Amino acid sequence: MSVLRLSNVTKSFGATQVLRGIDLEVNEGEMICLIGASGSGKSTLLRTINLLEPIDEGEIWFDGQDISLPDVAPQPIRRKIGLVFQSFNLFPHMTAVENVLLAPSRVFKRSKKDLLPEVMQLFEQFNLKDRMQAYPDQLSGGQQQRVAIVRALAMRPRIMLFDEVTSALDPELVSEVLDTLLKLKAQNMTMILATHEMGFAREAADRVCVLDGGKIIETGTPDQIFNAPQTKRAQAFLASVL
Amino acid sequence: MKTASAGLTARQIHERKARRRSVMIATLSTVVVVGLIVIFLPMTPGWDRVRSSFFDGEILAKTFPSLLSAFRWDVAIFLWCTPAIAILGLLIALCRDARAPALFPLRIFGVLYTDIFRGVPVILIVFLIGFGVPGLGLQRPWNSPYIWGSLALILTYSAYVAEIFRAGIESIHESQRAAAKSLGLSHADIMRYVVLPQAIRRVVPANMNMLVALQKDVALLSFIGPVELLRQAGVHKSLLANFTPYVGAAIIFLAVTIPVTRFADYLIAKQNKARS
Repeated sequence: MSVLRLSNVTKSFGATQVLRGIDLEVNEGEMICLIGASGSGKSTLLRTINLLEPIDEGEIWFDGQDISLPDVAPQPIRRKIGLVFQSFNLFPHMTAVENVLLAPSRVFKRSKKDLLPEVMQLFEQFNLKDRMQAYPDQLSGGQQQRVAIVRALAMRPRIMLFDEVTSALDPELVSEVLDTLLKLKAQNMTMILATHEMGFAREAADRVCVLDGGKIIETGTPDQIFNAPQTKRAQAFLASVL
Repeated sequence: MKTASAGLTARQIHERKARRRSVMIATLSTVVVVGLIVIFLPMTPGWDRVRSSFFDGEILAKTFPSLLSAFRWDVAIFLWCTPAIAILGLLIALCRDARAPALFPLRIFGVLYTDIFRGVPVILIVFLIGFGVPGLGLQRPWNSPYIWGSLALILTYSAYVAEIFRAGIESIHESQRAAAKSLGLSHADIMRYVVLPQAIRRVVPANMNMLVALQKDVALLSFIGPVELLRQAGVHKSLLANFTPYVGAAIIFLAVTIPVTRFADYLIAKQNKARS
């Protein structure tokens, strides 16, 4: 069953067209990796799904509703679509656990005391229990990113979007975040990742989409994409990164 | 590259020498400047008159206690103005930040408010409100210059403080708002829980400087009636035909403003260090 379906999505910033007609269908429990050069539109695509960027044309269907319509209130949609950023974007004035508790307590109008058990369970699950009371600047990059993932998960989203979540990390910290993503995949979470981690995309993705100039130029299983890319542009891109 | 003396490297010895040299130069130049003042100031033709009318120790000792007790009014006015300024300043800053089209009138109000109250000298606002409003024939205690003088300070200072808060709000990176939005938080919640706590912390040093300025500007109320420190010093001056009470008043102001200024500088330095 498809959770998310984009059809012919276009988006421009001023004169620059960033997305030129994106079609994408994401099924329940599927992990999709978006790969492509910087500036190919991966981040913008994720931000439009989360309604951080309004689209110019096209449709975005989520849970049986076209959420791209201008009269759709964004807040109730966003809380069901988790987004994790390259630069973590934790709230620096709050401890890790406060970062995670803020949105569910405000949005679902539940007391923090009431929420704490399930939030603690998330911290435990991602090996962060002893860092719950730490402030972001007391955490390593990898820990910060994992807290950011827990923060998004605490909203119980239907789908998780990851925007190059390992790109700002020191090399030795990348694997702990990738392990977290694998854990989520094992739990059958529906995920879209924009990533430069080709090895990870190859190993873990159910489907890989190659973006170029705001278009998905090729899509297929990791095996098809990495071993037998069809288009010239995809071949050139893969040759440059592999 | 170790040398024999106390195990210091050649560089450390060189740096120590340079340090000693700069301390010596600073001491020497200070002694010269102070020495020149001490020698030449008493040689000016009017020095004796100035000394007896501004620096009369006896008059200072005699008037100081009553100056101190008048200063309690400055402290009181300062204390009730400060929270009012903080709250009003924040509200005006929020008005100016209102983004929704329906709130456009609020934004216009915020802009006009800050433009007007920052554009007119404080003393004029004190006169206009301090004399104007009681002139409406209000009954006691509502005709008190303490109330309307304070209001004049609150209105003026909240305009400045609003601009400081607004700068703080705008300094919070868009990615913080984006992260909060992506979690489904409302605009009001994002402002209240994510943006403001960070913004307010960031502008504490700038607001401390406003507090220092306010401490001094409380003295402007002396022009519309309240017998606070400056007014009390003026009374003594008239009775004793001597300016020394003004010097006493200056000493009292400095005793309060210098520590606060130092503290503000300390906060700024700490913040700069944390940011680098």
